[in-house]
Amino acid sequence: MKTTEQLEAKLKRRSKAAKLEIWGRLVSLTALMLIVAVVVAIIGFVASKGIATFTSNHVSLWDFLSGKSWNPGVNGANGKPEVGALPMIVGSFLITILSAIVATPFAIGTAVFMNEISPNKGAKILQPVTELLVGIPSVVYGFIGLSVVVPTTRAIFGGSGFGILSGTCVLFVMILPTVTSMSADALRAVPRYYREASLALGATQWQTIYKVVLRAATPGLMTAVVFGMARAFGEALAVQMVIGNAALMPNSLVSPSSTLTSVLTTGIGNTVMGSLQNNALWSLALVLLFMSLVFNLIIRLIGRKGRLQ
Amino acid sequence: MFVNNDVKNAMAMEERHVIKLSDPDHPVILSTEDLHVYYGKKEALFEGDLEFASNQITALIGPSGSGKSTYLRSLNRMNDRIATVTGKIMYRGVDINQPSIDVYEMRRRVGMVFQRPNPFAKSIYDNIAFALRLRGVTGKHKLDEIVETSLKQAALWDQVKDDLNKSALALSGGQAQRLCIARAIAIKPDILLLDEPASALDPVSTGQLEDTLLSLKEHYTIIIVTHNMQQAARISEYTAFFNQGRVLEYDTTSHIFTNPSVQVTSDYVSGNFG
Repeated sequence: MKTTEQLEAKLKRRSKAAKLEIWGRLVSLTALMLIVAVVVAIIGFVASKGIATFTSNHVSLWDFLSGKSWNPGVNGANGKPEVGALPMIVGSFLITILSAIVATPFAIGTAVFMNEISPNKGAKILQPVTELLVGIPSVVYGFIGLSVVVPTTRAIFGGSGFGILSGTCVLFVMILPTVTSMSADALRAVPRYYREASLALGATQWQTIYKVVLRAATPGLMTAVVFGMARAFGEALAVQMVIGNAALMPNSLVSPSSTLTSVLTTGIGNTVMGSLQNNALWSLALVLLFMSLVFNLIIRLIGRKGRLQ
Repeated sequence: MFVNNDVKNAMAMEERHVIKLSDPDHPVILSTEDLHVYYGKKEALFEGDLEFASNQITALIGPSGSGKSTYLRSLNRMNDRIATVTGKIMYRGVDINQPSIDVYEMRRRVGMVFQRPNPFAKSIYDNIAFALRLRGVTGKHKLDEIVETSLKQAALWDQVKDDLNKSALALSGGQAQRLCIARAIAIKPDILLLDEPASALDPVSTGQLEDTLLSLKEHYTIIIVTHNMQQAARISEYTAFFNQGRVLEYDTTSHIFTNPSVQVTSDYVSGNFG
């Protein structure tokens, strides 16, 4: 009898391993809670500030989203403040979509070369180059844009050279490595037996890439492109340096315009907290935050659809 | 299994028994001459030369790493980018291991089915039509006809004829493997290479697969790598026993399983190996 009790006591005593287990769980849970708290706080803060434009300054949401003139300090002809964000929203979307359109073929082409055509050279040369490009600070991209891309655009198309086209060129280079390495991951995830099956049926390598590998990797490639778009949409500094920062509806690709981020970075330091000018900028930030949530949602949807296939 | 030269020389003294084929009803369709396969500097296959009789099933057996899959994959040059293959692979009198051979055209004649069922993430119909479309067969009527006959030959038609547009990934393992066979024979190859096609299947599916293979040999020459010795005994006319990168014995299946000439073969087929 005594041995049974001893055994029970021994089994019920918390061992060192069990205590460590609890401790470890506690640490990781705390870290998680902290991150959740930070995210919630950021969203809450931006939302409360951003909504103030509509609640305390009585700007209608529709005027904000569809108005074409941005001049928060001045009242317009109808006596309402001019806080039409449409030029920036259009500028942001235009520059994002254009740079994604230009970058996608290059990124997928590079990924195909790295992964399918010449895996050796890909791993030795292209992989490090891609990683290097990711690591270059955006101010450097912006500076090169300012001193190379803008004068070139000016020489070819006339005007000042600042505008959506220059921004697209800079963003193209900036999102290219992200899209490339994510595309390469997507291709790498295509099982080897797909390629073998295709080759064994007498398909050439190109037919295999085009008809089998790229098709199988489509959800992953789409995720890569959307990820690149999210990055382009949120990029501020480099774009601000080359876009011209005129809050006007872009009427051509080479006329100075602005994006949500460029207006924010140029304006936020020059306004007083609590004023309409300041609140209007927070509303722009809210739009940005909302859009990045939408991009995230799209990425998740694509991922889920890919898994279901 | 990689071996150094000393071991190799010692092994060369060992007994071997490899027959030459002389069946006028089933002439030699494929043979290798002085075939060596290297992974980097390591020699994975030597002394592996065999002749294959047309419209017969030849089984390649042997322990893991004996070189049998390496040999099989070299036959339609699937090892091209992985290994160095020297020597001749004679197919109907043509050496298909020359650089000037168009491997894509060659693989249309020498098809392959893999260990793991590997249908594409497409519909059943599109899986079979894949290789045909690559070759410019686009007529709906013609495609329908070939898809149907291929599935019938692979004994899958009755199970899937109403689901041709459903995803091939929904098929069971045995059905998927027979779909892969149907896909391979849709382009009417001469020779069908199978690399352990039943190793991922349950016994019932394996039995159905074997029945399929037996019915296919009327039209195709079949070479199959298998770990399952009963399977080799059940379906093949000839059997080659591979060990450590070389063929130790090649003869009719009944000879290999009832009266092997080489001691190692005898040990292996009776389960006393290693």
